[in-house]
Amino acid sequence: MSEKKLERVGVYVCHCGTNIAGTVDVVSLAKWAEEKLKHLGVVVAREYKFMCSSLGQELIEKDIKELGLTRVVVAACSPHLHEKTFRTAAKNAGLNPYLVELASIREQVSWVHTDKAVATEKAKAVVAGAVSRVIENKALEEIKVPINPNTLIVGGGIAGIQAALEIANAGFHVYLVEREPSIGGHMAQFDKTFPTLDCAACILTPRMVEAGTHPNITLLTWSEVVNVSGYVGSFHVTVKKKARFVNEELCTGCAICQEKCPKKVIDDVFEAGLGYRKAIYTPFAQAVPKFPVLDKENCTYFIKGTCKACEKFCPTQAIDFNQQDQYVDLDVGNIILATGYDLFDARRVSNYGYGRLPNVFTNLEFERLSNAAGPTSGNIVLRDGKTTPKSVGIIHCVGSRDKNFNNYCSVICCMQGLKFAHLVHERTGATVYNFYIDMRTAYKAYDEFYQRVLEEGTLFVRGKVAEVTDAARYEHEKGKLIIQVEDTLIGKQRRIPVDMVILSSGLQPRHDAKAVGKQFGISCSTDGWFTEKHPKLDPVATMTEGIYIAGCAQGPKDIPSSVAQGAAASARVLDKILQKEVALEPIKASIDHDKCSGCRICNGLCPFNAIAFIEDDQVSDINPALCQGCGTCVAACPAGAISGTGFSDEQIMAQIDGLLFRNLLPVEA
Amino acid sequence: MTENFEPTIIGFTCNWCSYRAADLAGTARMKYAPNVRLIRLMCSGRLDPTFVLRALSSGADGVMITGCHPGECHYIEQNYKALRRYLLLKRVLKGLGIEPERVKLIWASAAEGAKFASETTAFVEEIRKLGPLNWGKARDQLPVISEPIQREEVAA
Repeated sequence: MSEKKLERVGVYVCHCGTNIAGTVDVVSLAKWAEEKLKHLGVVVAREYKFMCSSLGQELIEKDIKELGLTRVVVAACSPHLHEKTFRTAAKNAGLNPYLVELASIREQVSWVHTDKAVATEKAKAVVAGAVSRVIENKALEEIKVPINPNTLIVGGGIAGIQAALEIANAGFHVYLVEREPSIGGHMAQFDKTFPTLDCAACILTPRMVEAGTHPNITLLTWSEVVNVSGYVGSFHVTVKKKARFVNEELCTGCAICQEKCPKKVIDDVFEAGLGYRKAIYTPFAQAVPKFPVLDKENCTYFIKGTCKACEKFCPTQAIDFNQQDQYVDLDVGNIILATGYDLFDARRVSNYGYGRLPNVFTNLEFERLSNAAGPTSGNIVLRDGKTTPKSVGIIHCVGSRDKNFNNYCSVICCMQGLKFAHLVHERTGATVYNFYIDMRTAYKAYDEFYQRVLEEGTLFVRGKVAEVTDAARYEHEKGKLIIQVEDTLIGKQRRIPVDMVILSSGLQPRHDAKAVGKQFGISCSTDGWFTEKHPKLDPVATMTEGIYIAGCAQGPKDIPSSVAQGAAASARVLDKILQKEVALEPIKASIDHDKCSGCRICNGLCPFNAIAFIEDDQVSDINPALCQGCGTCVAACPAGAISGTGFSDEQIMAQIDGLLFRNLLPVEA
Repeated sequence: MTENFEPTIIGFTCNWCSYRAADLAGTARMKYAPNVRLIRLMCSGRLDPTFVLRALSSGADGVMITGCHPGECHYIEQNYKALRRYLLLKRVLKGLGIEPERVKLIWASAAEGAKFASETTAFVEEIRKLGPLNWGKARDQLPVISEPIQREEVAA
């Protein structure tokens, strides 16, 4: 090892204008590298104003060709910015791109330190580390894998529908999996949409029908993904199609079964607990697909063994009580997760009385109440089903922006509260109060809507509501709900009696988001939303190649943003499909079978199931396509049999020595 | 303890969270102590405890290990494995007569440039209080081992 042939290393120090040169003595740094690291193989060290400029890159390319460089170190900015630039430059000059190393002397040195002498000394250490490391770098080749043109989309809300339509219209096949009996998601439950007040169903149902009839879309409703394996380009997915007890081939969607079914069940999913459905049902009239679902838990036949009214009256004999759950295997190249959100459980804020005081409603309940297709045919009434409220209080930020529950802002509640105020005003003429912490009406035409609601005479009270109670203190409060609040604009406590309270419950990650994330190999933030690759520049990709996210699964957002993300995710998928193959970073672990003792310690460490034990040979083996390159197994192997490309033990040990200046030319004693 | 002791510290960062936190600290021009020199790994789970021992034996006075917050690991859960190794390593260090406080695990998300900067400065101060490790010098008197320890012997 000590007699290894010296590599020919070039060191390039960037001034980055004054960004680096202002704090680091770049000239002496280059000179120092050329002198002190000569014995390691540094044959040239140059400094230049902007290494990333085309002139800077040409400088490197020229040296690679003329001086025969075999390794390159660029001391400049973070590798996350320009690693690709310099790797491409090396490639253009005929050098393997993985033989280039960036030493970050801007983000890690010049921008964060002030003393020039100290900063230059640290820059020397960083360069020494990079030189030592680059010598140990190995030439690597990108791994190309083919892309299956089929796509799986999980979640049939508006974001998932949008993504499915975009991909299907481009001519590629989509499997759209939805847990509920119909696609449509939360949007199908809404009455009007802000700020334009279009009826949600009017704009959503044409999209649902389009998705349901599109030749390139296979709908799998009443279904859940139970297993995912594989990697970008070739995922294998198993979907459990729960038994509907309805033969989809024969069913015409006439709904006679629903009419004849004698069993009424409270619908706490679609009707938010305000209405009834039958034991065999479609959640709403425009459901897509039109086939009903028989709810086994509540069906009289399944409970008592007699009834079969639906079967008796079905004109096409489509009811099949013997249907079993089916498991469908799919091969797809990319996956979009648009699994949406759960509503914050307003019962948790016990001082607001939801679940205890009958006339306290949640936002979703109010959506159903005001919806013409809802349980009250659009009449806004109290829980008794007949009294029209004369005064209504809308409380914002329930469970959001609250240290006791969720810290984040749920984004939609301000506009939703304004929409409710408008609807109540328009339909009942009641006095409406909005209780808000801050009014957030960003985006196109939103603030105009706020102004409109203000002009309509809705009353706004700035303050976080302390309590909703039915304990009256005064005569005029009797029989009312009293909202106790500090009006922070006048600095006084107020008690406002109203007939009805609507709680703007915030949005929460799906209760099973963590498990779903784990199933697909993506992570969740501390709040539980799926983590995007970059919060600004890559909001729909995830850290796992081939898995994209869209809509509220990524974080709270309104309908326009969900649609935009659905479309964005589909564009990313189409980009992959049209490339036909994808290049993967060759940072992978591999096992030397001769050294492997078969202890299997590594097997359980891999969260991607990339390591398998070969029984015949009694050794473990890594599937490079599944390996994500974290290196945990490399660090764990007691026999040193696993090595990780790009981050090998040799590279890191060498870098440690370099950073500590143990690689300098030994001074003669 | 020397009056003007400036500790030398090796810091390990993961590619996805803490390295990006360091980048962010840079972009935001947050100033922190210049004593830490960083090594980028793909994941804190890549951290072989021998890297820490190598750094300490090669002249570092302390080692900072950083990674994504629990639950936010790019590789799902590998930072928990880093945590397990870290806790074991601290016991080993104690056994070797090295103050376990010389090694510290810090979680920093890609958005926590400020935390990265303040934690770095705080750690440098902690090491300054502990004083130099002086192992580098002891090592200099030993024969130079340029080859990594032959692990086959262990396996055999």
